[in-house]
Amino acid sequence: MHDAGQQDRLAALRHRIARLEGGSQRIKPLPFGLRAIDTHLPGGGLARGALHEMIEAGLASEFAGCTTLFTAGIAARLKGPVLWCLTRRDLFAPGLLRAGLHPDRVIYAEAEREREILPLIEEGLREKGLAAVVGEVTRMSLIASRRLQLAAEATGVTALVIRRWWTLAEKDLVQLPTAAVTRWRIAPALSELMPAPGLGRERWQVELLRCRGAEPRTWILEACDAKGRLALPADLADRSDQAADRRAAAS
Amino acid sequence: MTVHTVGSRRIVRAACAAAQEAGLHVGMALAQAQALVPNLHVVDATPDEDEASLRDLARWAIGYSPVVAPDPPDGLWIDIAGVAHLFGSEEELLADLTSRLMRQGIAAKAAVADAPGAAWAVARYGAGGVVPTGRTVDAVATLSIRALRIAADKLSALHRLGIERVGQLAAMPRAPLVRRFGRDVALRLDQALGHAFEPITPLIPKEAPTASCAFAEPIGRIEDLKAVVLRLAGDLCRQLERRGEGARRLDLLFQRVDQKSACLRVGTARVNRDPAHLAKLFDERLQTIDPGFGIEEIALVASKVEPLTETQVQARGLGDQEASEADMGQLVDRLAARIGMRKVYRLAPVQSLVPERMARRIPALAPPTGSVWPENLPRPTRLLDPPELVVATALLPDHPPRFFVWRRIRHTVGKADGPERITPEWWNGNKGSAARDYYRVETEQGGRFWIFRDAPTAEGGRWWMHGFFA
Repeated sequence: MHDAGQQDRLAALRHRIARLEGGSQRIKPLPFGLRAIDTHLPGGGLARGALHEMIEAGLASEFAGCTTLFTAGIAARLKGPVLWCLTRRDLFAPGLLRAGLHPDRVIYAEAEREREILPLIEEGLREKGLAAVVGEVTRMSLIASRRLQLAAEATGVTALVIRRWWTLAEKDLVQLPTAAVTRWRIAPALSELMPAPGLGRERWQVELLRCRGAEPRTWILEACDAKGRLALPADLADRSDQAADRRAAAS
Repeated sequence: MTVHTVGSRRIVRAACAAAQEAGLHVGMALAQAQALVPNLHVVDATPDEDEASLRDLARWAIGYSPVVAPDPPDGLWIDIAGVAHLFGSEEELLADLTSRLMRQGIAAKAAVADAPGAAWAVARYGAGGVVPTGRTVDAVATLSIRALRIAADKLSALHRLGIERVGQLAAMPRAPLVRRFGRDVALRLDQALGHAFEPITPLIPKEAPTASCAFAEPIGRIEDLKAVVLRLAGDLCRQLERRGEGARRLDLLFQRVDQKSACLRVGTARVNRDPAHLAKLFDERLQTIDPGFGIEEIALVASKVEPLTETQVQARGLGDQEASEADMGQLVDRLAARIGMRKVYRLAPVQSLVPERMARRIPALAPPTGSVWPENLPRPTRLLDPPELVVATALLPDHPPRFFVWRRIRHTVGKADGPERITPEWWNGNKGSAARDYYRVETEQGGRFWIFRDAPTAEGGRWWMHGFFA
């Protein structure tokens, strides 16, 4: 039963909850520019002034190749300088340019020890002039992530955390809960078949594992272009959204 | 060679390297030296000038640490507690210091140790270098007792008793030692072994703006320290404002009740005169200070200043660019206070196609370069440095690999792109790295890798894993 009165009341309640939560809700979220994702996410995009967590899956996941570009694409579409906090020097800056992140916009802060990285991210989040802070983190406890989330809410700077690991024990840490607003898992997917030998545009399996106010969901997407935008694969775009149909049928 | 007069004798005070090779040494009578080397160039020693230039050198060494004191006639004390990380490590700091002195034409020997006395001994009578923490006794024990800074008459008395090494002296019963040779020998021994504390009175350049504060009751709580630092920063910034200057480097010196001292140093990326900001740079590091029984005096010194004129600040909204840039300066300072100025940087493109050389570090606040890498080249997001050897099988000589084994896992290649040949620039001399043929490969599981062959197959080229694509 969906009568108009119920919808209005729901909308009013949502509005009240949003006001109570404050912080991140004040700034307009960053849309991905893809209807499929934007309608699924609360507010129509990725919340700014919030903590987001990216996890790599698939082969060579300890190198976080896809996640790096995914994160760089988000940072590139925000306006302003970006602080990138890292411990390992395996980042290849020319690769970030493919997502449209200009080298002049990125300030790197290189920590020697893992435990120095979270304070660096927090320091960055307290700076209003930044667009985003990207952090490559192995250990992030619930309390630490809560601190980052609060710092991000206070200034409106978006925190993007890439989870890194080098051992299996460290990889298991990724399963632990954090206070991040969304948690994404990116895995490389087979690129489209080309008529001639060669490689087409990269494709990812993008999973929204956790999101406050939305259900988990999986998409197959084409990787960031030179403006940091994702795209729906052409051969998949025209197919009907079966999950939505099923839900509609069930209700 | 210089000489000075002791009583009626003329004694060699200092000798250059060539003179030392000819067999002359400090403390030798001039007549004997002239007998050894007939056409000896002799200059009268000028102790006052020596001391003045030693003070100049000490002022120069403040670039390394705020606590520097001249140690006449020929030494410098530098307290590097809490500053070594700015240079990477103690070894790197030492190498930097000695090589710079060498370039100025000063032959120097330096040592780092837990206690000033031990560093003195190792620098003069040992091998120099860094004495690891806790190994002071081992390092000093084998040295000659001359390394203890004791008076010449006591030295000869010890020699007569057959005591040549510090270790022998340390092994002697303490009470008879003090009775026989006096308290100062025992004190010097303790100072060299790190058992007794020895204060270094820092040389504060007269012209540096300083704000200091002495307390009637010693303080030790971290909140109190923070409040004091903020007040001192306010004082200092008022002084700087009158002089039309701003700080680039600040030193915070603590004097404890037990006469021990401690110091902290921070730098700013851009010349700055904002007390709240400058005080905040010390916040994190104040926790590392051990107040002991209390701190009775704190001094804040702007050891490096630069002119800073008043600038017209545009209203917010009009000068958006200006405002955000100033903020970045403060952010960079705060980050640098945690990890060191060298660890906060930007990457600028280099006109090179060799992956390892495509970027160089520039200061975080350098003006925008505006240049970018060529955009149409497919480049990975993560680079494996150094590349790892893989075993690969290609069907035809110039084809991409069909299978490869990397880290003991066999991957089957589904799609591939390449080769892209990258050769080192001729102006860098083609030594070492030859031309590489790069392939982008996608395995059947979807992983995308950057693999190269370091020579054509016919010449026995090997395959290497070099990067990871998105």
